[in-house]
Amino acid sequence: MKFAVLVFPGSNCDLDAYHLVQDVLNHEAHYVRYDQMTLGRCDAVILPGGFSYGDYLRSGAIARFSPIMEAVQEFAEQGGLVFGICNGFQVLTEAGMLPGALYRNQNLQFRCRQVFLRIENDDTPYTGSAARGDVLKIPVAHGDGCYYAPPDVLDKLDENRQIIFRYSNAKGEITEEANPNGSLDNIAGVCNKRGNVAGMMPHPERAGEAVLGSEDGLVIFKSICHYMEQF
Amino acid sequence: MNDKIWRSLGLTDDEYALIKKQMGREPNNVELNMYSVMWSEHCSYKHSRSMLKIFPTSGARIIQGPGENAGVVDIGKGWAAVFKIESHNHPSAVEPYQGAATGVGGILRDIFTMGAQPVAFLNSLRFGPLDNDRTCYIFDGVVAGIGGYGNCVGIPTVGGEVYFEQCYRGNPLVNVMCVGVMPLEKLTLGRADAPGNLVILVGALTGRDGIHGVTFASEELSNASEERRPAVQVGDPFLGKLLLEATLEAIEEKAVVGVQDLGGAGLTCALTETASRAGTGMEIDLDRVPLREAEMEDYEILTSESQERMLLIVEPNRKEEVKNIFSRWELEMAVLGRVTDDGLVTVYHRGKKVVSVPAWSVAGGSPEYAEDYAANGGTSVCQKVNKPVTGIENCGEVLLKLLADPDIASKEWIWQRYDYQVRTSTVQGPGGDAAVIKIRQTGQALAMTVDGNSRYCHLDPSAGGKMAVMEATRNLSCVGAEPVGITDCLNFGNPEKEEIYSQFRAAVEGMAEACRVLETPVVGGNVSFYNEVDGQAIYPTPVVGAVGLLDRYEQQGTADFKKTGDWICLLGSPAVSLGGSQLQKSCGGELGGLLPPVNLELEKRLQSLVRCLVRSRLVSSAHDLAEGGLAVALAESCLPNNIGAAVEVTGQPDKISALFGEGPSRVLISMGGENLKNLKVEAEKAGVPLTILGKTGGNVLLIRSGDDIILKLEIGSLRSAYEEVFSCLMK
Repeated sequence: MKFAVLVFPGSNCDLDAYHLVQDVLNHEAHYVRYDQMTLGRCDAVILPGGFSYGDYLRSGAIARFSPIMEAVQEFAEQGGLVFGICNGFQVLTEAGMLPGALYRNQNLQFRCRQVFLRIENDDTPYTGSAARGDVLKIPVAHGDGCYYAPPDVLDKLDENRQIIFRYSNAKGEITEEANPNGSLDNIAGVCNKRGNVAGMMPHPERAGEAVLGSEDGLVIFKSICHYMEQF
Repeated sequence: MNDKIWRSLGLTDDEYALIKKQMGREPNNVELNMYSVMWSEHCSYKHSRSMLKIFPTSGARIIQGPGENAGVVDIGKGWAAVFKIESHNHPSAVEPYQGAATGVGGILRDIFTMGAQPVAFLNSLRFGPLDNDRTCYIFDGVVAGIGGYGNCVGIPTVGGEVYFEQCYRGNPLVNVMCVGVMPLEKLTLGRADAPGNLVILVGALTGRDGIHGVTFASEELSNASEERRPAVQVGDPFLGKLLLEATLEAIEEKAVVGVQDLGGAGLTCALTETASRAGTGMEIDLDRVPLREAEMEDYEILTSESQERMLLIVEPNRKEEVKNIFSRWELEMAVLGRVTDDGLVTVYHRGKKVVSVPAWSVAGGSPEYAEDYAANGGTSVCQKVNKPVTGIENCGEVLLKLLADPDIASKEWIWQRYDYQVRTSTVQGPGGDAAVIKIRQTGQALAMTVDGNSRYCHLDPSAGGKMAVMEATRNLSCVGAEPVGITDCLNFGNPEKEEIYSQFRAAVEGMAEACRVLETPVVGGNVSFYNEVDGQAIYPTPVVGAVGLLDRYEQQGTADFKKTGDWICLLGSPAVSLGGSQLQKSCGGELGGLLPPVNLELEKRLQSLVRCLVRSRLVSSAHDLAEGGLAVALAESCLPNNIGAAVEVTGQPDKISALFGEGPSRVLISMGGENLKNLKVEAEKAGVPLTILGKTGGNVLLIRSGDDIILKLEIGSLRSAYEEVFSCLMK
């Protein structure tokens, strides 16, 4: 499998995504700079975390105008897998490729800690190797992670099973305490209607080695690989 | 010169006379401004240089000691660790967010300037008690500023310490440390070698911010300090990140000869220091400096402390290459001039020569003040006042009170506002004895910590200085790492006062001795004097940043009890004291009394033994005994995995000393019963006292003395005391 890892000015988890793909999963990864026009040959695209353009405006609001984003749009329209993590998720919502928006955390503070996620839909390219209801231990690290979508959009998300992850406690219960940022309905990750574009605030690439505290993030990448092998 | 203008620039009459002598003439106004910033205490170390010379600064591993942007230590396999600590106290006192943020940005530049990839930040903070809005505002702003910069540049903040004492109320301390790694051949110095080379400025535009920031840092704080807010710079971590990437790329391509960051004293410092180190001169045209505000005066351009700027020394034929690298990161560069062979920094502005000064004189010609005050050893009078803590009946209540003291309580409220995981190399994050970062390219790991106990230093600066070095290196040893070097941040009051200078001298002497015995050279650091408000000085606060090496990251140990039924032992000195202890502070006793005895040779044997035990997995946990003594250490080892402990204490004069007495050279360990015999042999061989205390298990912490139960608390109640302390205080 070949993963393209985008690099915007201010991306800082590009190295981590690259490392996970290349060294932990033993697949291929290559960086694609924001100012390029093409993605190169790849099976999936990762928009990594970080602070693109410093996040001085809304997070992701400037990065989405990068030249490379046209190629990403096109890749997605052809059914390619586009996966946004943290700032990458924010870029995808700003680009209109995913529904909703990410507000400042409700407590107005940056949060870095382990959280638990319940898998809400196991019928996506990102969760196919897991089961609905599985609980993953994966860290968050963000200041703008409070997911919001207007009621009509939220209804559609439910109807189309586009909510893939919710913040839960270790037992998989959706509680207020388990929600690190005030996200609506504890939403931690969503996909588009077609299912090929997904974004999540937690960092699965940081949960790929036992020595870092969890390997639960691997199931997401394994799902992606498994999905791509089938097609 | 009219009206002794040098006085208003912070220079004395004698210093002015010396400048005239070194220049061979009277300086003009612009030149005088350059001398003013470079001969400030902050830049020239004029009151500390003579003492800093007594630090051991060399060793088999040391590649670059003090004097450069950061220290460099050989860690084997062709790699080096690069690290430094610096203070940003005064800026943080008046503008906490930006003061702390630019502190982080500045120390970051110091590391990548050397060619190293930064891999971690740490910080050491001091504030007044969190019982008033102003202190809470400063504390919150500093934490937010550290996170704001570090999170954005994508370097994890992995460790630190924070204490709250009345003496820091108006003068908080913000010391930040950065650690980097690099292949040895990448080492790049801040030198302007070879006449003819180009002098290039890259990064942010130069504005009027931070002018005379270093002179602000070199005077006492007062009510008027609020007016110095413009002396505080504003940070731009996004630009800092781009500068980091581009600079490392330029170094990787060997396209630059020398690199220097622009920090305190701005261009003046960068120009004169790089020329002075190489014994060269420079010819600079200020009209080429990209300005944020038009019409800036020559002296303003020369002393501006605008952040996120770097000076590069580049061979003329590599100019285009460098330009391309920086423009790929959307950064502008400007060729300011060239290196000359005359030893003079010559500056032109609007077509006129405005400066011609000897580089060595501005950068290193300042006088050295070594006041020969009567050697009273800096020992404070209160050392002789032995005030026992009285009236304690219930040890359990005391332990809960200590655990809930912000000095000891869980710092999660702070560190979860820092990204401590980015770069996915943090194999031990905040909360342990030391943080551990793996080096992906070699499989090794670096352990790092910052430590200092100013209460000890207040009672006895010399012993306190020793204990700071001992504790920092002991923390490294507890995770299994071999200390390879330290960096120090020496925070003191006004050195022109006899009492303060004596404290300083005694603390440095103590630290130097500990460094020699423990074989941890000092590779750099920072002195911060004038930490006083309205004449009231802070406690002497030397802070030690230490870095240690693990050959394989899998060897690291942690402080938490791992399983039920393990044996718990105390390794090291049985000697403790309540003098300067957390108990004295938290339980209302007046600070005073004798510090525990300090035995550096025992410390060295203990640390070597602990490292060996941790690496060989003979012990399952190792935890340094620090503030709050044995009882707090036990609670801290119980909490992470909810494993209780039942121990018996013996051999102390009273139960209070046994539980809460503090002393160096003490480590709490746990291990499986099968290893107990081996442990006894190893401890005996190493000449380190070993006391078997009891066993892990259950859900209570139970401490007996003979047949008496002197403390019995459920882990749950320890947790309620220890956690959520800051979220309650900061509501």
